[in-house]
Amino acid sequence: MKSTLKFVTLVITLLALSCGGGEEKKDEKTKVQLKRQPTTKKVESKSTDTKPSETIDLTNKGVGPITSIDISASVDQAMATKGKDVFNKMCTACHRIGKKFIGPAPNGILKRRTPEWVMNMILDPEGMTQKDPLAKALLMEFNGSPMANQNLTEEEARAVLEYFRTLN
Amino acid sequence: MKKLLKSTLAMLSVLVALTSCNNSTTSDSKSGALAGNVAEKVYVAPGEHDEFYAFISGGFSGQLSVYGLPSGRLFKVIPVFSQDAEKAYGYNEETKPMLNTSHGFVPWDDSHHPDISQTAGEIDGRWVFINGNNTPRIAKIDLSTFETTEIIEIPNSAGNHSSSFVTENTEYVVAGTRFSVPIPQRDMPIKDYKGNFKGSLTFISVEPEHGHMDIKFQLIMPGFDYDLSHPGRGKSHGWFFFTTYNTEEASTLMEVNASQNDKDFIAAVNWKKIEEYVNNGGGTMMAANYAHNVYDESTHSATSTMKKEVLTVNPLDVPGAVYFLPTPKSPHGCDVDPTGEYIVGNGKLSANLTVHSFTKMLDAIENEKFAGDAYGIPILNFEDVLAGSVEQPGLGPLHTEFDGKGNAYTTFFISSEVVKWKLGTWEVVDRQPCYYSVGHLMIPGGNSRKPFGKYVVAMNKITKDRYLPTGPEVTQSAQLYDISGEKMQLLLDFPTVGEPHYAAGAPADLIKPRSKKLFNLEDNKHPYAAKSEAETKVVRDGKTVHVYMTTIRSHFSPDNIEGIKVGDKVYFHITNLEQDYDVPHGVSMIGANTSELLIMPGQTETFVWEPKQEGVWPFYCTDFCSALHQEMQGYVRVSAANANTPLRWSLGEDIE
Repeated sequence: MKSTLKFVTLVITLLALSCGGGEEKKDEKTKVQLKRQPTTKKVESKSTDTKPSETIDLTNKGVGPITSIDISASVDQAMATKGKDVFNKMCTACHRIGKKFIGPAPNGILKRRTPEWVMNMILDPEGMTQKDPLAKALLMEFNGSPMANQNLTEEEARAVLEYFRTLN
Repeated sequence: MKKLLKSTLAMLSVLVALTSCNNSTTSDSKSGALAGNVAEKVYVAPGEHDEFYAFISGGFSGQLSVYGLPSGRLFKVIPVFSQDAEKAYGYNEETKPMLNTSHGFVPWDDSHHPDISQTAGEIDGRWVFINGNNTPRIAKIDLSTFETTEIIEIPNSAGNHSSSFVTENTEYVVAGTRFSVPIPQRDMPIKDYKGNFKGSLTFISVEPEHGHMDIKFQLIMPGFDYDLSHPGRGKSHGWFFFTTYNTEEASTLMEVNASQNDKDFIAAVNWKKIEEYVNNGGGTMMAANYAHNVYDESTHSATSTMKKEVLTVNPLDVPGAVYFLPTPKSPHGCDVDPTGEYIVGNGKLSANLTVHSFTKMLDAIENEKFAGDAYGIPILNFEDVLAGSVEQPGLGPLHTEFDGKGNAYTTFFISSEVVKWKLGTWEVVDRQPCYYSVGHLMIPGGNSRKPFGKYVVAMNKITKDRYLPTGPEVTQSAQLYDISGEKMQLLLDFPTVGEPHYAAGAPADLIKPRSKKLFNLEDNKHPYAAKSEAETKVVRDGKTVHVYMTTIRSHFSPDNIEGIKVGDKVYFHITNLEQDYDVPHGVSMIGANTSELLIMPGQTETFVWEPKQEGVWPFYCTDFCSALHQEMQGYVRVSAANANTPLRWSLGEDIE
């Protein structure tokens, strides 16, 4: 596993090096800046300039243990409270409410993703980033920082999803 | 990886070559490693698992190494009695107490005889016990985590060698002294050894559920050297057998003076009888001072408690509890067959191998056929207890194991071979050379009622020319033999860590399903754990600073700390928030006078750093954890001792 990671890093590094054209130094002595490359274009050929995190796909259920779930019309408050607790314990190292951190903010996620996709991403992030094109593109958008599998139970992941429904 | 491919290709081509060779020749004189099917027998394909675990003692490395059989591949070196920087064992604050003794912190020992816990006479794969020979200790390794979770020091002992063997329901793990000493220790002339020094045999009870160890009693025996031991089983369950040498009670030039007597003894101890005596209030409580160190999986921390007394038993106070069985010439190994009937005394200076009969022993005791006594302990007649002798099987017998099919396998150090012989008829069936000078041997389950008689591992004392030379010090080595047929077949040489003494083996299926994948963060009761990034903080208490830090792929929180001063003592308490298999994080700080930490998912570990210079000092993750591992780093700003830099910490304040 570790050597695979090393290999992947190497590949990523090489890729990064090979597409690092168009450097332009600004006058500021203390800073080195590279012109941003629109990396999203390469991985997400369908979309135009929309970042994967802003892409709306309400049909894709992702790849993983969840194939279909029922969402009640109104939010189950008890479940959402439990989900908030799980989220605070297990997810806040990388996801913060209302702002991009290591990963994206969960606010409004169900306007962009199916509930199944969200749960599959929580329950099997390795599988998703390998098999789901959107998850793969997100990995690149977020600097190749892998989403950690925190071994949530299906029930816990479902509760986290319910909590996400309460976020605007 | 390329090497692997190359060696696989090489192996395949050898296979092909050998197979074709065999087709073209009718000679069946080929044996051992030259036989064509040998490579197949030890080849475990990439991704496949071995059939057996082997726990091989690390000898003077103080550790216990874990191998797969039949491949001989090394999986892990479990730190037991020695500090291990790789795993921070004995370096981090949590495990330092594991190495505490009545002599203070002892970061090394000489580990000898691993033994796997048993239920109803069969190995159950729960724990491995192993003895520290030099500063007498017994350790317990939990086979759900493959970590040392308990160490108990043995008072009144020296050269803790006839250890650490378990009874058939793990009622006791037994530790016998090799060197007799004054008990209690006192200042006295060495020449007054005879009659004044004593040998202690210690019975440590093992609590059935968690395995906690506690010294139940110490039998204070005459001042011989108690060399090795094994429990009775089946019909002899309730008894324990110890070989002795130096019944001459010499204290100098032992190689001559301890080899004078024609026969030494195997001490037969009826521990059930002594247990009953002790349970009824028998024995004498003696002042003592010994460490009992326990690692708690929920706090991820060890505590060390000094115990102040030990219950001693004078064998003369328990009639019928101890007998001596005369056994020729300084017997070393003391091995009991799977039925519990035969007790093999490997007289290392004897031409023949002596086998005693448990049934005959009971009969001789019942009829009080005594040849005399030693310090009041009855000596039975050699002829009355002898089951038989294996006549001149080799030179320098040391140890015997059993295959469960009526055969015994004995190592011969001087003639450097393993000899297979039949229990009951005492005839030699086969012999195979060892390269070189074999000590112990091990058949998985070989010290139980149910051996798995497929392989025997011979552990050698000398390697010489068997491997590429590595300067004056060459690798230690073990050899694997197939014992499934009538004749033994040498399959494999493989290098070992430190000097391998004894080993214990078990079918993989017994252990594999119980192996933990991670620690639940929720169950983490470490007093300095930060179980989410919200709980991270830096707290100053005078010159002591506690950093509550977390890790997750691929950052530390906090990763910027200011307000540390020269002369502070900074404790980094790091909790790995990961809850996924095989995602440990490491950490180390520039200039820290200790090892890195290697923190398992859900675990908290602590290292101390005492900054000596002003500046901005980096720390980083030492275990490649993700594609962004190289980015997993942080800074600590260190100001002068009298500076007013406020204590601040942060993570990612510049992130949009």
